[in-house]
Amino acid sequence: MDMPVGTEERAAASAPSRRASPVASSSLSIAIAGSGGSGVMTAGMLLLEAAAKAGLYGLMVRTSGPQIRGGEAAALVRLAHRPVAALGDAFDLLVAVDWQNVHRFADEIPLCENSVIVGDAGEGDTPDVFRASGARVVPLPLKKIAKSIPGSWINMVALGLAGALSGLSAAVLEAALRQSWKRDDAGLAANLEALRAGIAAASQVDAFPTLGAAKPARGTRWLLSGNEAAGYGALCGGVRFVAAYPITPATELLEWMAPALAKVGGTLVQAEDELASVNMIIGASYGGVPSLTATAGPGLALMTEGIGLAVASETPIVVVDVMRGGPSTGIPAKSEQSDLSFAVSGLHGDAPHLVVAPTSIGDCLATTQWAVHLAEALQAPALVLSDQFMGQSRAIVDEPAQSTWVARRLTATANVPDYKRYRDTESGISPMAIPGTPGVVYTADGLEHTEGGIPSSQARDHARQLDKRLRKLVLHDYGEMWADREGSGERAIITFGSAASPVREALRRLRERGTHVRLIALRLLAPLSQERFDEALAGVSQVLVAEQNHGAQLYRYLRAMIDLPGKPRSFHRPGPLPLRPGELADAILAWSTR
Amino acid sequence: MNDVAPCAPRTAQTYKSAYKPIWCPGCGDYSVLSSVTKALAMLDLPPEDVVVVSGIGCSSRIPAYTNCYGFHGVHGRSLAAATGLKVARPDLTVLVAGGDGDGYSIGGNHFLHACRRNVDLTYIVMDNHVYGMTKGQPSPTTEPDWDSKLSPGGTKLRVFHPLVVALASGANFIARAFSGDPNGTADILAQAIRHPGFSFVEILSPCVTFRPEQREWKTQVRPAPVEPTTDASRAARRLMTDDGFNIGVLYAGDRPVCPLAPAEPRSRVEDLEAEFAL
Amino acid sequence: MNAAMQAAGTTIEYEPPRNLAEFMSLALAMESEAAQRYAELADAMEMANNVEVAELFRRMANIETGHARAVMAQMHWREYVPRGSPFSEGPETPGEDAVHYLMQPYHALELALACEERAERFYADLAAAVEDAEVREAARGLEAEEREHVALVRAWLARAEKPAENWADDPDPPRYVD
Repeated sequence: MDMPVGTEERAAASAPSRRASPVASSSLSIAIAGSGGSGVMTAGMLLLEAAAKAGLYGLMVRTSGPQIRGGEAAALVRLAHRPVAALGDAFDLLVAVDWQNVHRFADEIPLCENSVIVGDAGEGDTPDVFRASGARVVPLPLKKIAKSIPGSWINMVALGLAGALSGLSAAVLEAALRQSWKRDDAGLAANLEALRAGIAAASQVDAFPTLGAAKPARGTRWLLSGNEAAGYGALCGGVRFVAAYPITPATELLEWMAPALAKVGGTLVQAEDELASVNMIIGASYGGVPSLTATAGPGLALMTEGIGLAVASETPIVVVDVMRGGPSTGIPAKSEQSDLSFAVSGLHGDAPHLVVAPTSIGDCLATTQWAVHLAEALQAPALVLSDQFMGQSRAIVDEPAQSTWVARRLTATANVPDYKRYRDTESGISPMAIPGTPGVVYTADGLEHTEGGIPSSQARDHARQLDKRLRKLVLHDYGEMWADREGSGERAIITFGSAASPVREALRRLRERGTHVRLIALRLLAPLSQERFDEALAGVSQVLVAEQNHGAQLYRYLRAMIDLPGKPRSFHRPGPLPLRPGELADAILAWSTR
Repeated sequence: MNDVAPCAPRTAQTYKSAYKPIWCPGCGDYSVLSSVTKALAMLDLPPEDVVVVSGIGCSSRIPAYTNCYGFHGVHGRSLAAATGLKVARPDLTVLVAGGDGDGYSIGGNHFLHACRRNVDLTYIVMDNHVYGMTKGQPSPTTEPDWDSKLSPGGTKLRVFHPLVVALASGANFIARAFSGDPNGTADILAQAIRHPGFSFVEILSPCVTFRPEQREWKTQVRPAPVEPTTDASRAARRLMTDDGFNIGVLYAGDRPVCPLAPAEPRSRVEDLEAEFAL
Repeated sequence: MNAAMQAAGTTIEYEPPRNLAEFMSLALAMESEAAQRYAELADAMEMANNVEVAELFRRMANIETGHARAVMAQMHWREYVPRGSPFSEGPETPGEDAVHYLMQPYHALELALACEERAERFYADLAAAVEDAEVREAARGLEAEEREHVALVRAWLARAEKPAENWADDPDPPRYVD
């Protein structure tokens, strides 16, 4: 196959560099790792919560082995003075409460010579794969410390240590622990003591670059995961019915929505499979209730026939695809942007539909809300391409601006004369009669139909309805939401989804070094518009497309759909490792100086 | 289809649309359509408050032939679409209609779970033991030795017993009707619609094109020699020994109906922000 | 006459072996089954990163394998031909559900002790029930061996650290996998 991809980028794509760039001084990356039962995820969460209390920003990414219980796990935390939405290039601190199989995370926890590894000498030697980085190893008897405090957990010692090294005060760390504690008082007392012991132990790690005190945050900040943000965005948009079939990594979105929907007067049905869930939301939406389901690649594959039905019957639905490594069962708990091709072109027939993608964890809210608005306004299915990284990571973000995107469907009034559900209007949008409305009854159909909704195989009806369904999407004014655009310069990098965050960070670094590259992070992936690209790329001579998948899917899609200036190039590599700002900065620099 | 005055007295005709069915002359589905409209007239339901949901197949064409709201979806998924609709809009009367291939083969899993869920739906299966729309392939209810191009010499498979499966899966009302008895069928359908929870009505509806021998069904059917029972174990014995030609309500249970329905909002959406705000 | 096996508070009656070959065949089945179960539990513990307990179960698996080999050697059997066991699980086999991913060596030894004690009692009861002198003698022999193991495991247990009260606490929830 002729790969339209530059050789340099390909080399980078096949072997992500383990060489770590110097860590940005304004952020601190901390990994807390160990075997199941040690509570490293809880420690990571509390570290993030304490940092939030201290006025910092940050995010936490989870990684774990395939075991449901007992397996190795690591909380990857990055803290900073300003909002961060991507993991850094290397970790400043690795705290391992044991070493059992922590070496399996070596690729996910890159270290450098400035890094510090705190491990328990009693738990065996630091694995070579970590030592090879040249990181300083500081053995501390974490287990012994925890054991000396009956009823305490070792993860609290690790939290105290990591928190103190981050420059967090004992007060915020204790407050975070107290706030999250749901067990007995004696346990809390023991764990507070363990926390303090961990803080005290931090003094044995000298010359560690702690983050300075944060400036008091100006506005309210939120702490949430992309899955929660998407769920909340859906409710803000007006979704009141959800059908759910569990699948990693989308389950938490659905689980968050179950009680939330009940509070705001909506309902959630657990479906028997994804075939059912997509058809359930089509049924509910046909009844006039904005509806959503969430899934991952395998579920989306099962839903495609239903999504086609939503296209043909012009029923608004929202399907959130929290992408994971594919194909097939793939890598369920790891991120990859590899459902793009399928999402934009996986339906049979000519089936215009909406595909949008959040550009950060926090943006999952606005983008999902926008998707609800678009689906309802355009009476079409909208796919939201989130991914495991955004969905399952938690971040401290500035309170999102209130957006006005709500479900507003054009509906038919009672007894209007000569009502035709699929009338070929100028905008392509025709009033939808909602069951219960007298005098405008109709049958929605997945069969090609006349304007009145009667099945038809006539060439004229087919052409007319195909045009109508395309036109309504193409004519819509998507405004500024179609992409996040930043910076200036004769070169532009186009990306989407979770790749946008590390790209943004890479460009900021390059800007500080005097290299200016434009960023276009696409939020609207379908339909695309040449005019919007022409405007955004005015003055641009070269384009690089960056994404996290093996097949350069966005690159190929853009090449097929849009006339891009110059000789477009691709930077792409598959999951499960996240794209890192340093790796992108190197690739962009190499490309931009060519 | 839009000319029905809201206050006119409702007759079966009220519920019939202006569109002419594409079914073969002699097809049992004509009678079923007639029975459905009669049942709706008996219940005097405003047509705009009734939705007929279907999948794919000859019988699934029925929604457009009624003057109710209709949803003609994809093959096998009518129960799912109807479940979403009824849960989101409990004020509507939702009928689901389709054939044996649509309901028992491609839609088999949804059939089980719709019975289990016991949402207040009425599921009408026009069973002719054949895929008619694709021109004569065996369905789950086709006799094992029925010869066809796709399965020469027959499938050699045991026939599916929808009523037993419905009972075991939790359907709350189970009846068998015969299209050749439109008034009896209308009466059964009216009972089914009235009965709370998931009502399942299997209607023997001959396919005169691919199964002309089914014209003889009229000589084979008989009223079930028993009264409807609320006792599931009695119903099970009755259904397991049934030869497929007993007509009538065979089980009318009192299982709790699926409680899923939109509740009064207890909080505003913005109030949910509290869990994120620091 | 039937023999009886005490297990989990119930008594299982079974037809006792009629001769030495039958008895040794039963013993072999029991020892092999226990060995296999200990090996499975060791694997599960390794998967859950519980190395200490995994090692302990592995050691138990080796001990039981040794027994099985000894039985075969004594009977000059070259290969293990499984004989149907009259029990759903033998008296020496630890239950599949008797473990926890955070269990400590102390718990594992308690489990092993219970199994060894059951085995000792099983051979004792069998010796009392059988009429064949050869079988009786062989059963007494195995009973004595099990008694040694009981003492051995007891000694280990005495040295093992008692678990803290919160040994089963896991601050983190189970994980989403597929």
